[in-house]
Amino acid sequence: MTKIDVPIMAEVSAQGHQPEYLFWVGCAGAFDKRYQKVTRAFAQILNAAKVDYAVLGTEETCTGDPAKRAGNEMLFQMQAMQVIETLNGYGVKKVICICPHCFNILKNEYPELGGDYEVIHYSAFINQLVDSGQILVNQEGLKNKRITYHDPCYLGRGNGIYEAPRKVISQFKIDYREMKRAKSFSLCCGAGGAQMFKEAEKGHKEVYEERTADVLATGANIVATACPFCMTMLSDGIKFANKEAEVTNMDIAELIAQNLVD
Amino acid sequence: MNQLVFTILLIAAMAVLLRSFWQIRANFARTREVAFDGQVMKRLRLTATVALGQTKILRKPFIGLMHALVFWGFIVITIGSLEMVIDGVSGWHRSLSILGPFYTLIAASGDIFAYVVLAGIVLFLARRLLMHIRRFDGVELTKANKTDAAIALGFIMLLMLSLIGLNMTDLYLHGDALPGAYPISAWLLPYFDLSTVNAEVMYKFYWWSHILLIFIFANYLPYSKHFHVFMSLPNVFFSNLNPLTYLPSMPEVQKEVALMLSGNASDATPPEQAQRFGVKDVEDITWKNYMDALTCTQCGRCTEVCPANITGKLLSPRKIFVDIRARMDDKSKNGSGKFLLGDYISKEELWACTTCNACAQECPLNISHPNLIMDMRRYLVLEEGAAPDELNAMFANIENNGAPWKYSAEDRLKWTEA
Repeated sequence: MTKIDVPIMAEVSAQGHQPEYLFWVGCAGAFDKRYQKVTRAFAQILNAAKVDYAVLGTEETCTGDPAKRAGNEMLFQMQAMQVIETLNGYGVKKVICICPHCFNILKNEYPELGGDYEVIHYSAFINQLVDSGQILVNQEGLKNKRITYHDPCYLGRGNGIYEAPRKVISQFKIDYREMKRAKSFSLCCGAGGAQMFKEAEKGHKEVYEERTADVLATGANIVATACPFCMTMLSDGIKFANKEAEVTNMDIAELIAQNLVD
Repeated sequence: MNQLVFTILLIAAMAVLLRSFWQIRANFARTREVAFDGQVMKRLRLTATVALGQTKILRKPFIGLMHALVFWGFIVITIGSLEMVIDGVSGWHRSLSILGPFYTLIAASGDIFAYVVLAGIVLFLARRLLMHIRRFDGVELTKANKTDAAIALGFIMLLMLSLIGLNMTDLYLHGDALPGAYPISAWLLPYFDLSTVNAEVMYKFYWWSHILLIFIFANYLPYSKHFHVFMSLPNVFFSNLNPLTYLPSMPEVQKEVALMLSGNASDATPPEQAQRFGVKDVEDITWKNYMDALTCTQCGRCTEVCPANITGKLLSPRKIFVDIRARMDDKSKNGSGKFLLGDYISKEELWACTTCNACAQECPLNISHPNLIMDMRRYLVLEEGAAPDELNAMFANIENNGAPWKYSAEDRLKWTEA
């Protein structure tokens, strides 16, 4: 793949322009090999729609969410102060997030520390781009596929966002199946609350095995997610169940980016 | 004479109940103060839907509906109990009949609900005693807990049986002259031959049994998981209005961070009374956490959906609140030498939480488990530095590279090239 052009906040700002949106990439979006592809996909969508945005690039740093959920409030607040200083320095008003953990903390927990922004989830943003005609999606792009969607906890139960990601998926004419535990009844992938960064406690199975069983029961070819941690966990689960040939794990942004009509 | 005996019993029952409330008040006084946000209207609406409307318990449609019927019946029947108190003190009979047609409505629905509640309780008892339902088991549900559950249901069953007996004998004694309407009892009455017994004595027996059961049950509740009949409405009223995954920041840490960033950390005057960071024992929890513990009726809907629990980890969200209540009782008696964290709740339980909030979502009375779990993690990390090694490595990565993994900030745009 070739390099894609992404506006960098420091450069755009130096030219005297203030972008309308900051695209918050997140650590997983920047570093996780699998999730880098999702970040690329979403940037392609933004570019195709000619959205006025920029990323922080090397100036971005962790929101502090994993530290906070692991009990390290001191480290979290140090990170938050740094992020808020950077964002306020650029006069950022609107932030688009992919990662639900970044989304939740920026939206709900930064205001009380002095970081007050309009935080937009990329699922809602993609829908907006489709509705306004800024991007065109090939509705036949996923023909003959069966798809299911896994609700990330920090998006669904946490912030009540159940419909927007499903609406993104409904751009395609496909066979959509809900898992037996879905929406507010959804089962966690096992990675939240800083579990992503440690081995699980002793038990009789991994949480991702339990959740992958729900995915497999739908008979779906694609399990769509909207969270980097869910992506890792479900990919592990599919690998563990030896079902890599039957089921692929994709982010909702990838579904759209791969089926954009120029 | 009867009025005097009744009044003395009433005062005695109230006095003992007040004494129990006084102890609970003292327990609340140990907890941490949190300011009330004053959103009264919003909270009243929430109470109307979640508590009175039973919306969350109805997430399990069948058994939820049974509970809702028992709850709504309980409210209607309570009006009848108030009437019995007035009758008992005054010596009148069916004193609320002065309400006219409205009384007919209360009496009729009370009579119907007595049978509905009875059916519900029989079903609940069967589920607990004869069926093996996963959420009615767990390490935190000791024999004592299970006995408590059965006793509470037994009380309600006897309350309904005595109420039905009371309505039937009253109908038999007064016939059409009896104020109000009692549709099911009236329909069933012909199937019982009361001419061979002294109906007058039986009526008195049922009346006194019913009222004495109320007095005893009310005084049993403060020591039972069934205390939720008192706590459900206030607990929902005071519940979290924020998004489920909102975890408040710690103001006391905010001060320290501000000092560190301004470079004046050394000049800082030490806080007058060093308060612990996070939660180690019951004096560190908020009054709302304790209210949650008093409200928990151990239904296990939280534990049933907990991903950690489902996959065999030690964590059971219900246990956290069972432990808090037990620890508070213990602390109010002697309490020394033990702590909530360590002696009741283990680190292993706390670190198993994924903060997915399925527990909080499922709790019919809006108890909040994950934030309390994270408050205990805060104690472990901020006061004891006792995080698992991998998490300490994650902290170090964030401190050094601004990411939870070992990648340099310089590489943050690598994704544009890949």
